[in-house]
Amino acid sequence: MKYFPHTQQDIEQMLAVAGVGSLDELYGEIPQQLLFNREFALPEAMSEVEIRRFFEELGNKNSQLVCFAGAGVEDHYSPSVIAPLISRGEFLTAYTPYQPEISQGTLQYIFEYQSMICELTGMDVTNASMYDGTTATAEAMMMCVAIAKKRNKVLISQTMDPKVRRVVETYAGYQGVVVETIPERDGITNLDVLAEKLAGGDVAGVILAQPNFYGIVEDYSGVAELCHANKAMFVMNAKPSALAVLKTPAEWGADIACGDAQTLGIPMCYGGPYVGYLACTNANVRKLPGRIVGATTDVDGKRAFVLTLQAREQHIRREKANSNICSNQSLMALYVTIYMSVMGYKGLKEACSLSYSGAHYLAERLVATGKCTLVYDKPFFNEFAVKTSVPVTKVLDALVAEGILGGVRIADDTLLVCVTEQRTKAEMDKMVEIVKSL
Amino acid sequence: MIRNYDKLIFELSKEGRTGYSLPKNELKENYCICQLPDNLKRGVAPELPEVTEFDVVRHYTNLSNKNFGVDTGFYPLGSCTMKYNPRLNEEIASLPTFAKLHPETPASLSQGALEVYYNLAASLSEISGLSAFTLNPYAGAHGELTGLMIMRAYHEQRGDTKRTKVIVPDSAHGTNPASAAVCGLQIVEVKSTANGTVDVEDLKPLLDDTIAGIMMTNPNTLGIFETEIPEIARLVHECGGLLYYDGANLNAVLGKCRPGDMGFDIMHINLHKTFSTPHGGGGPGDGPVGVRAGLEHLLPNPQVKRNSAGHYYIDTDETSAGYVSNFLGNFGVLLRAYTYILTLGKENVKMVGPLAVLNANYVKESLKNEYYLPIEGICKHEFVFDGLADKSTGVTTLDIAKRLLDYGYHAPTIYFPLLFHQSIMIEPTETESKETLDEFIAVMKLVAKEAVENPDVVKNAPHSTPVRRLDETTAARFPKTTYRQLKE
Repeated sequence: MKYFPHTQQDIEQMLAVAGVGSLDELYGEIPQQLLFNREFALPEAMSEVEIRRFFEELGNKNSQLVCFAGAGVEDHYSPSVIAPLISRGEFLTAYTPYQPEISQGTLQYIFEYQSMICELTGMDVTNASMYDGTTATAEAMMMCVAIAKKRNKVLISQTMDPKVRRVVETYAGYQGVVVETIPERDGITNLDVLAEKLAGGDVAGVILAQPNFYGIVEDYSGVAELCHANKAMFVMNAKPSALAVLKTPAEWGADIACGDAQTLGIPMCYGGPYVGYLACTNANVRKLPGRIVGATTDVDGKRAFVLTLQAREQHIRREKANSNICSNQSLMALYVTIYMSVMGYKGLKEACSLSYSGAHYLAERLVATGKCTLVYDKPFFNEFAVKTSVPVTKVLDALVAEGILGGVRIADDTLLVCVTEQRTKAEMDKMVEIVKSL
Repeated sequence: MIRNYDKLIFELSKEGRTGYSLPKNELKENYCICQLPDNLKRGVAPELPEVTEFDVVRHYTNLSNKNFGVDTGFYPLGSCTMKYNPRLNEEIASLPTFAKLHPETPASLSQGALEVYYNLAASLSEISGLSAFTLNPYAGAHGELTGLMIMRAYHEQRGDTKRTKVIVPDSAHGTNPASAAVCGLQIVEVKSTANGTVDVEDLKPLLDDTIAGIMMTNPNTLGIFETEIPEIARLVHECGGLLYYDGANLNAVLGKCRPGDMGFDIMHINLHKTFSTPHGGGGPGDGPVGVRAGLEHLLPNPQVKRNSAGHYYIDTDETSAGYVSNFLGNFGVLLRAYTYILTLGKENVKMVGPLAVLNANYVKESLKNEYYLPIEGICKHEFVFDGLADKSTGVTTLDIAKRLLDYGYHAPTIYFPLLFHQSIMIEPTETESKETLDEFIAVMKLVAKEAVENPDVVKNAPHSTPVRRLDETTAARFPKTTYRQLKE
């Protein structure tokens, strides 16, 4: 077995030093009835040649489609330099930087990640990353409740991605936190209902999306003032790639920003690994869960980076913890850090511009087929919802037959369509032709 | 390698440089982003670096040179199972047929991915002796939380709502009580006996109808197998509670005994420990959760199933404990773990535990004259020294850890478990050779000798690392966590 270095002679010599007669004897204290004595019902060992063939065949059972699906995960351009850099063993095979003297690579890229996330969101401080956007939003909910102390209700907009809402609701349910939905009106959060609910005086936090699940860029003017006047935290789940152009959570007056950074070039990979981000204002840093890296110096005065503000962490607070997150999604944080370095502000803006133009072109052309209507008349970014005159499943099937994943079905007659900088005019025209022919 | 490279990516920035290339926007004229209302646009530009692609490559290559990974050298970090991370796993995970798959692709068009999920879950069931697994949780701590949600949902669905406490041994990982707290459970601590195992006599009076269950790891954090586990399982089940197995130490018994056979009802596995997926500097991992027969419906949604025609589909169960992730976990990590299991095959899975345990005992026996071994006897995959045997030197566990860095080793886990004051927790894993262990043993002995003959060189270590001991106090008192704050 290529992963076991032990020769028979090694085993014998080592057993002698350990003072036991056989490998079985190493488990001598374990009650006999607990020992596993049959063969595993698993395949026999496969060679590298066989494994490559095996996964090639499995992979071919997945359809390779031109992707117009979004709903939180988008097919973005990923610069060629990222994969080889994050594959360097020094990054890939390290663990949490417990020994900062030999972990400056990890610590520095987390510092750079934190810097860039704060630049994009406008927030003061962020942690070293979270598992994904859904859990980052759940952690934001927990922060709200911890900060409010005696309030245990949070409001979440119906225009939030349902995948985020259901994770927040699951976490909340086990903590006795009440989650109420703020209904939508014409595809956007009903701010009148929000004001009514806040007036109850028992809301710890309000969680809104930007752009929202339908791709609409909502106008949140006055929301921060409304929240703060009622002593509630304002949480914004924002798509980081869009923040190169959109008003930032900080500019909207949010106390916490969170979301999934998959749209910063991370491959879709059937749902993960991605990386969640969680950022806040300075006033709330003591309740920010997870790890944070700070700058310092070593005994020789050299600049260095280190895990800091650890008193917040669960390994000290244990049973009083507000969060149980231990680690972060470090390598994926490196992924988006390199992405943002390569792209810069200009590249991010250009990707937004291409996605925006494509989405607006495609929306117009789909409507022109007579088979689709825009569900909402609101400003959108790179994603939009259309009602289809034929059932959505029929539309999707016809597109799949031509190698296109046409979007995400969100109702029997409603399709959510997403365009990124990777989609060409030819691909969009082909999609339009197929829809037209139905 | 550039010696003493100390730039931040921001410090390489020069106005006008670019590192990207994108297609021309042919549609800009009629569909311009400038049409977006101004009040929805950001006012201030973000300060991101302006660098070339080559700048980026050289910068991050130089940063990587300041890091230590399993690929660099021996990494005996106790409880973290820093085994070799095969490159084949990486290659398989990057296959475009998986990497380019959108998670909302209909099940009929993503059968290959669903088959990976289903078969990996089935393999973990076989290896651990439990009935079914979810692969949705993203990490060990996330798996713990998910497992405890299942525990709570089990009791609540039976109308047994008084059970709000969970028992955790005093030697447990700090994450255990934190996960319980986040799941809305109160923690009750059970004491350890002198040899570090759960004190059954202390446990008995804790068991009543308010106990949801117990969280244990076996072997425990001291590397000692809890031989009384059948009795503990009987007692906990008798009182109506469930047993949760923290899979952090699964590598010790992999192939030799199974948590399901020990009487555990729920467990999590760290794929980044036991199943060789890389730790990635702190993630992504994956924390699959398994349950015994009868609890399958409580696994989080969405669930992957197979119908009688052999087709895989995604299902949701209304009685599930809920949703804990976006889609189906860190799928790329699942591909790596599945590749590893297929590479090992049924014949080699059985050898992982024994060889890991052999390596641990070999190191322990070789060093117990120089380092104080508080618990004698055969250990499992890891063991704990309580500092140097010679207590007169003034050299602490921290000093020893730092001195090891000078000799090209990652330090063991230190000051954990909390049962001893100077804990040094060593886990070699099965992928290290006798030669590597012999060299490590020689260096550990040398450090013990230095502690007597030249203690200052140990107390001031490290000396040869990219940076030396850090001022953590200032970092916490005046936090500078972004480049913007650093410049101020």
